[in-house]
Amino acid sequence: MKIIEANQVKTSCYHCGEIVYNREFAIDSKSFCCRGCQTVYEIINKNDLCSYYTIENSPGINQKHSVRRGKFDFLDDQQIIKKIIHFQDDLHQHVIFYLPQMHCSSCIWILEQLNKIDAGIIKSQVNFIKKEVTVIYDYHKTSLKKVAESLTIIGYEPHISLNDIAAGKIKTYDTSQIVKLGISGFCFGNIMMLSFPDYFSFGNVEDAALKYWFSYLNLILALPVFFYSASDFFISGIKGIRQKNLNIDAPIALAILITFSRSIYEILSDTGSGYLDSMSGIVFFMLIGRYFQNKTYQTISFDRDFKSYFPLGVSIVNHDGFEKQIAVSDVKVGDRIRIHNDEIIPVDAILFLGKATVDYSFVTGESLPIEKTIGEIIYAGGRQTSGAIELEVVKEVSQSYLTQLWNNAAFDEKKEKPLRSFIHQISQYFTYILFSIAILSAIYWMINDASKVWNVVTAVLIVACPCALLLSATFTNGNMIRILNKYQLYVKNAFVIEQLSDIDTIVFDKTGTITEQSKAEIIYEGNDLTIDQCQLIRSLASQSNHPLSKSITSYLPFNKNLICKNYQELKGYGTIATIHQHQVKMGSAEFVLKRVNSFQSSGSKIYVSIDNEFIGQFTIKNSYRRGLEDVVNSLKSHFDLKILSGDNAAEEPHLKQLFGKNTELLFNQKPEDKLNYIKKLQLNNRKVMMIGDGLNDAGALKQSDVGIAISDDTNNFSPACDAVLAGEKFNILNDLIGYCKKEKTIIYSSFILSILYNFIGLFYAIQGDLKPVIAAILMPLSSISIVLLTTGLSSLYELKLKK
Amino acid sequence: MSIDNFTIKLILFSDMSAIFIMIGASLLLAIGFLIAFIWSVKNNQYEDDYTPSVRILFDNTSLDEEKINTLKNTEITRTKNK
Repeated sequence: MKIIEANQVKTSCYHCGEIVYNREFAIDSKSFCCRGCQTVYEIINKNDLCSYYTIENSPGINQKHSVRRGKFDFLDDQQIIKKIIHFQDDLHQHVIFYLPQMHCSSCIWILEQLNKIDAGIIKSQVNFIKKEVTVIYDYHKTSLKKVAESLTIIGYEPHISLNDIAAGKIKTYDTSQIVKLGISGFCFGNIMMLSFPDYFSFGNVEDAALKYWFSYLNLILALPVFFYSASDFFISGIKGIRQKNLNIDAPIALAILITFSRSIYEILSDTGSGYLDSMSGIVFFMLIGRYFQNKTYQTISFDRDFKSYFPLGVSIVNHDGFEKQIAVSDVKVGDRIRIHNDEIIPVDAILFLGKATVDYSFVTGESLPIEKTIGEIIYAGGRQTSGAIELEVVKEVSQSYLTQLWNNAAFDEKKEKPLRSFIHQISQYFTYILFSIAILSAIYWMINDASKVWNVVTAVLIVACPCALLLSATFTNGNMIRILNKYQLYVKNAFVIEQLSDIDTIVFDKTGTITEQSKAEIIYEGNDLTIDQCQLIRSLASQSNHPLSKSITSYLPFNKNLICKNYQELKGYGTIATIHQHQVKMGSAEFVLKRVNSFQSSGSKIYVSIDNEFIGQFTIKNSYRRGLEDVVNSLKSHFDLKILSGDNAAEEPHLKQLFGKNTELLFNQKPEDKLNYIKKLQLNNRKVMMIGDGLNDAGALKQSDVGIAISDDTNNFSPACDAVLAGEKFNILNDLIGYCKKEKTIIYSSFILSILYNFIGLFYAIQGDLKPVIAAILMPLSSISIVLLTTGLSSLYELKLKK
Repeated sequence: MSIDNFTIKLILFSDMSAIFIMIGASLLLAIGFLIAFIWSVKNNQYEDDYTPSVRILFDNTSLDEEKINTLKNTEITRTKNK
């Protein structure tokens, strides 16, 4: 569609950067796209914070949709305040607000200058990765509500959800991993330095005092490594033995124990200098690997549940018609609540007053909003799109139909399948082989020279530690996770990568997953429109709440809406009105053109005429994600594909053509239906991957072997998933799965490399000639070569993703 | 002569005591750094490792305020003296 602009130069809004169509909003020789943006600029300017605009260009967030006054009234309630704030003393309160709009350095700057906007705020500090701001304020001078309002008036409305008052939400940052790492590194370095005399003299240090002092110093340094840094291996190993589940930590713990014991014996009995350098070194390297692997991407919080989707505050109406804001969790059955335009309905309730058009796309997958009549029950989770309505509450928020899904057995924490990575199985084989070698060599030496038996057996167990296997796995996983993050597939943990490589069936949700919700595709065909014609059409379209009219309204550029006289809306036909002496008609072909259109295409057509002259037509259809056809074709050959949709079967012909005859397509699926379908597939020994986006997919995502939530806005996604994929990277899904399949290859290769080093070490160990210097050389050599190989291979395979 | 005697003979002292003092001192210093590291980790200084990198590039605005205040003062005294 081309808009003919007569001699107009495009300016962008000084605040948010969007194109300015209306010259009305301007001040200080700067233009703005709407009243909201101008207001925010005035506030920022008044408080002398204009550096906001110099740090980044157009840093503001578009203020087209203003925030309702009184939205934060529920923050006056003392009970709610107590639950939200993190800390309080006689003077101050601390609160952490989540601001999803944060996106640049200007945001950081202005959010740390909040004390200039509200004098009661002492200090505010931003954590950009988590998009949080910690505000410390004096609650005698200001209040929690005023802080929230101050943030809102500069364009950063805090996202306060039901999750914020849920119990036990404060997660302390786990520092012990890093401390253990630091201590083992410190001790490793110093023990190795103190062992230099021993290395250079090949075990025969001549100065007795030197040997004495350095050995005991080594022993002291090794104590924190053994008892503190290596403690996780012991705990995990013992747990594994108790549950008869030999995992990889058990043989590692055994190796560390034997190394330490033999070293103590040698030092105390003055028969040698021990292998403390190897022991602390291997602990250090393994801890690095584990830290690298467990470093999760902090902006994505995988522990969100349905509560973070629901708002915290809701308006309750009393008998006199006065609105009061209370917390959603305090709403009782029988209460009368008022839901404003664009708000989420938090509880199951009956419509009492107003016109309800509810958008359930995130919840059930239905793409078109549903109109409800008075007396009908409206289920929680939908978004009201046609103005304010009043409802009578039928169920409390924890009892609503939607949240019942979370009571399903699939979400039972206790029954979670134990994570059995393939490396645990390999380590079992490795351990058996190791013990066999130890026993065989023990037998050999018992026959030939009994004094060497203990020497040899302990040396074998020290050298052939499966530590290399753990190193291979952790560094491979850590690097692969980092690379996957680069391509915007964020996995919950390393085990997901392995699961991804095993799947054979992929189940897709439709609405929001393979279709893009925000961009219903609108195509205009007809005469080029002038700005005035756009204004006429938009003014007419914005009168109607029909979803198709709304699409047209949002498609056309924003401008002042003109007054419509004699407005008429004829259901099934279209709308008509007189605007500025022009008769504007919008609707079906029959209505506008007075002819029957026999064309049956996927999508709705809206025809437009001005003064009975046909201008053009808008075609609105489900917009499928870019590259969908290519992705489906590449996946079809490797996996079984299925589609489960909560929507009706209107798109069935198109989907059948796209996915092929062999793909099962099921429509009108409720959340439980989806979950049960996946369960059925798993009972047939299929490994299922589910891709979905909404709350209705949560059960299926949890039940499947890998649940991927696809999201166009990573702040807002479905809980219960194992990974999040950004919508724009959907077209490389096949390549991403292919990349994950390489994980096992890389781990096997580096493990084989480490076995070569083991052979060399074993060669000396079996002969009873394992000098500490040999172990001390082999250990870092093998560790570093493993790190290099895994990093190199995983980056090599990444080249396939890059294209 | 074996290697370790060679390395020790580099030290000017006739006995070995110097190396003990050196090692002891360096270990104490290193332990000091270790304690500082553990303290900083426990103090949550590494909880956010991105935002400080942005924060450091901002201009210090308090200087501007001082300038404005001194300017305001001189104007007031000037008008007062009129």
